[in-house]
Amino acid sequence: MIDYVWLIPVFPLVGFLINGLLGQKLSKNTVGAIGSGAVGLSFLLTVGIFLEYLKLPPQARPVEKVVYTWIASGAFQAPVAFLVDPLSLIMLLVVSGVSTLIHIYSVGYMHDDPGFYRYFSYLNLFVFAMLTLVGANNFLLMFVGWEGVGLCSYLLIGFWYEKQSASDAGKKAFVVNRIGDFGFLLGMFLIFWTFGSLNFREVFALAGNFPVGDLTITAITLCLFLGATGKSAQLPLYTWLPDAMEGPTPVSALIHAATMVTAGVYMVARCSALYVLAPISLTTVAIVGAGTAIFAATIGLAQFDIKRVLAYSTVSQLGYMFLACGVGAFISGIFHLMTHAFFKALLFLDSGSVIHGMHGEQDMRKMGGLKKKMPITYKTYILATLAIAGIFPFAGFFSKDEILFFSLVDGHLVYWGIATAAAFITAFYMFRSVFMTFHGEARWDPHVHPHESPPLMTVPLIILAVLSVVGGFVGFPIIEGLHVFRDFLAPSITPLKAAEHHSVTFEVAMMIFSMGVAGVGIYTAYKMYMVKPELPDKVVAKFPTVYDYVYNKYYVDELYDATVVEPIKDGSNFLWTGVDDQVVDGAVNGSAGFVAWLSAHLRKLETGFLSNYALAILLGVTVIVGYLLGYVG
Amino acid sequence: MAVPLECYLGLSVALFTLGAIGVLIRRNILIILMCIEMMLNAVNLAFIGFADTFKAVDGQMFVFFVMTVAAAEVAVGLALVVAVFRNRATVSVDDLNLMKW
Repeated sequence: MIDYVWLIPVFPLVGFLINGLLGQKLSKNTVGAIGSGAVGLSFLLTVGIFLEYLKLPPQARPVEKVVYTWIASGAFQAPVAFLVDPLSLIMLLVVSGVSTLIHIYSVGYMHDDPGFYRYFSYLNLFVFAMLTLVGANNFLLMFVGWEGVGLCSYLLIGFWYEKQSASDAGKKAFVVNRIGDFGFLLGMFLIFWTFGSLNFREVFALAGNFPVGDLTITAITLCLFLGATGKSAQLPLYTWLPDAMEGPTPVSALIHAATMVTAGVYMVARCSALYVLAPISLTTVAIVGAGTAIFAATIGLAQFDIKRVLAYSTVSQLGYMFLACGVGAFISGIFHLMTHAFFKALLFLDSGSVIHGMHGEQDMRKMGGLKKKMPITYKTYILATLAIAGIFPFAGFFSKDEILFFSLVDGHLVYWGIATAAAFITAFYMFRSVFMTFHGEARWDPHVHPHESPPLMTVPLIILAVLSVVGGFVGFPIIEGLHVFRDFLAPSITPLKAAEHHSVTFEVAMMIFSMGVAGVGIYTAYKMYMVKPELPDKVVAKFPTVYDYVYNKYYVDELYDATVVEPIKDGSNFLWTGVDDQVVDGAVNGSAGFVAWLSAHLRKLETGFLSNYALAILLGVTVIVGYLLGYVG
Repeated sequence: MAVPLECYLGLSVALFTLGAIGVLIRRNILIILMCIEMMLNAVNLAFIGFADTFKAVDGQMFVFFVMTVAAAEVAVGLALVVAVFRNRATVSVDDLNLMKW
């Protein structure tokens, strides 16, 4: 079965072609079945390959399958080939599994949308690109997937393109991602220039010959990390992700929470062999990750749009993953990536269910009291929130605790402090969203009648809720040998240093502490939004300036507008009106004008009188004959 | 009795000049066509004169060619004149100024 690994991305591609070309003529049920079925097949195949891989003897791992040689030019080889190793298997499982659930959910969520078939063809195309990205065995094919998911992200953010804000958000995402992609490209060029290959295994094997701190490797890793900050919405390129919430909610769940935005983390973990050689890059990754984690979390405190809260939370959680990678705990980063995919996809789908039930209302100030009206959504949302807050035994607890632990042990007290503070804020604002949405009195408009979503939507919620609860147990800490996730992933990752043994007491103390922090966050939210609902306003009144900054997202968008967007616009305007209109068009129009002016005078020679022409002929003949007689004869 | 070459050429030049002047100053297409015939015949006369003087038949051969061409030219030319006259009811070249800018 492992020989058919190339079929994993092909299924969604076929689904995309069928839905994209024929979707208009098919019924909605058929389109939904094809879209979900294609991704479901990929998931089943991935599971099959995963089980087969587990049975392979260690010397037969990892497996590389070349489909065909795409580009061969001298020493440059770029095959379409797939690498089956623990890291790619985990990613393939997460991507295809979560995608399947979200596809099924979308059938219910998008049911009344006129662009139903367009939606499913884009979604299938996205899954194809994402599976290519994580399955590729070389940087170039990975880049193809990388660009493919960027394109689909653009298409799906701007899915409701007749809405100005949606199409603007799509363009913003695309342009910001271009900046990151430019870094990725430069990194790729540098890799080929340095190693003469783009194949992961060849490059990482050769990287072993370089000393730690090598300048070229540092440059490569920094360039690649620039690509990661764009795709994974880190400082300073995170601004597109909150705006990406303009897209349909299942898209936010799939692309902008569970899969695409984690591509940067995957890439950094994939290149762990390079990153461990570049301490400067690792420090950069850690600082950016920690900074993003706390920065985005604070913005999330003051948002009222339920999806925006989740968006900033996503940015913040991605920061955690990068922090983990930055301190060398790549496996913990991937672990958090996986659990985050479960609970954040669930949170987004829940918010979609709420929005669906509230007829498009996204403002939490107009919700409240939905607990009774939407019991399944409420319960699953609570489970996911407990998971993201890091409460034992939910999935987020294990992964987040690991990151906190390693940021202290392998990193720095500052990292740990920031991450702990961000964990507190996360617990607070996530429960704030729970209380504002589901508890308290109903604040919705009288004509809105909230209702629970159909089973097509609630069943994926329940499955994801189960995963959010038990997903963390694959990485059970403390007892050696129970961390199957770590043991399975270890061959794909180059560790920063040999594994150390930490005392169990210390680990347990850390866990209790981080849970205590989360508990305090939850309690504060309970106090502020349940017991004394007037308290938030008092806090706001006390710190008006701080609140203004947080509420307006620190004016970062405005800052970028003023420092980057406007100067570029001015420059482009100058190039347009100054250079293009004046110089380029001037040269073209000028030469045409000169010819016209000349002809206007020259045409006077054409008098129309036969005798004038005859005279001209005669004179001409006379001159020629005279010349011949004078010089030749 | 041989006619000297100068006489041939003198007459030929006189005829050619008259023809050329006619083409330039006359307004009637028919007259212009006749003047062109005159120029062609002046050339013929020069050919004959040379042929007679140098006792070579090449010149006479060329005359036949020229006469053939002249006949063809007149046929086409007159046909054009008739066509133009039917269209414009005039044969004056000053009125035929369609080629004017």
